[in-house]
Amino acid sequence: MDASHDHGEHDFASHTRQYKIIFALLIIGTVLTVAVAQFDLDAMAGMHGHNYINIIVGLLIATTKASLVMLFFMHLISEKQLIYLVLGFTFFFFAGLMGLTIWAMSDYPKLSVVFD
Amino acid sequence: MDIPFTTKPRPDTGLYNAKLGIWLFLASEVMLFGALFSSYIMLRIGAPEGTWPAPGTMLDPIPGAINTVVLIISSITVVLAWVSLKFNNFEQYRKYQAATLACALAFMCIKAYEYHGKFNHYEVIKTDGSIVDGHMHEETDEHVILTVHALEEEHDDHAHAEGDGHNHAGGGAPAEGDDHAVEKEGGSPYLGPEPNVDPTTGEHLHGEITILKSDIEKMENYGPWHSTYLAIYFTLTGLHALHVCGGALVIFMIWGPLAGQWKTDPERYTNRVEVSGLFWHFVDLVWIFLFPILYLL
Repeated sequence: MDASHDHGEHDFASHTRQYKIIFALLIIGTVLTVAVAQFDLDAMAGMHGHNYINIIVGLLIATTKASLVMLFFMHLISEKQLIYLVLGFTFFFFAGLMGLTIWAMSDYPKLSVVFD
Repeated sequence: MDIPFTTKPRPDTGLYNAKLGIWLFLASEVMLFGALFSSYIMLRIGAPEGTWPAPGTMLDPIPGAINTVVLIISSITVVLAWVSLKFNNFEQYRKYQAATLACALAFMCIKAYEYHGKFNHYEVIKTDGSIVDGHMHEETDEHVILTVHALEEEHDDHAHAEGDGHNHAGGGAPAEGDDHAVEKEGGSPYLGPEPNVDPTTGEHLHGEITILKSDIEKMENYGPWHSTYLAIYFTLTGLHALHVCGGALVIFMIWGPLAGQWKTDPERYTNRVEVSGLFWHFVDLVWIFLFPILYLL
């Protein structure tokens, strides 16, 4: 969008249409997040006493929303190579951080509390 | 000496310098929040049975959802403000960015309302072992008066359906929001007796409950010290709120006191708006994850 000369109202509207669609999708995503949380999806899937499916679905919606923000509002859909490189490193370290966290989950001490 | 490449792309990077700068900064911000998200996972996984609040019982999702929408609205006004400048429409830019600042203020007000609800919400353990859980109405040297909301049937049903299968501390009904004071179920780090039950009659307490100071064993509000969940909740949302304030301050400075640059160097001014916008989108991005993990899941 290298429009530095004058444009009319119509051009502004057509240039911003994409942003408005993304905005609508983000609002739908928010409504969906709240709506899905009202149901115990694990119980529906026969996994009573767990919260796995709800967490996975909730995080999937959040990740989708975050991707829309990054791709369109932050213009990552068409950015210079160097920014992708910086974000590639960021993704690597972030994934490593989360990976180590999940790896450590299996040998976390199982604590219990005793009340009298 | 002038700062180089404020508008012209640097030949080797293809970017004006501030653009690369903000992305490097955002990369470090990802790691900062990443470390705290990782802490959240570890604290939740390692929480002893029954001490992590059941989903949806600790915070009212309504203010959180409203704040999510407020930030999404502010994200689109930021980007529309920037496009307005690209179209040489300074007045329109000012209007959109004013809307962004209004959204930032609205977000902080709602957050303050939520924080106030937590700091004003007390759990009182009496010397006879019973627990009264409610919002502080009055405190004197001799007594405290807590407002305890009556159990409502629909909340009761809702809570049991939602909380089915999760670890609960007691048999009482959890509240959906902070306005409903009964949050004992899953909300407390103690697996003690059910709150707001008269120890002699077994009846549920509601209304304004007066407790003598001499009958109080321990009294604590729902601040960050109350439980592990609240500690990480205040840490994450507090740091995020600081980012909202910082971002709003920068956007305000460019919008108001520094607006004269639009006349002298419009291209550089537009780039400033773009860079502050990128930071603002990041703040929105963090909240997109914070909202489900703290309020819903």
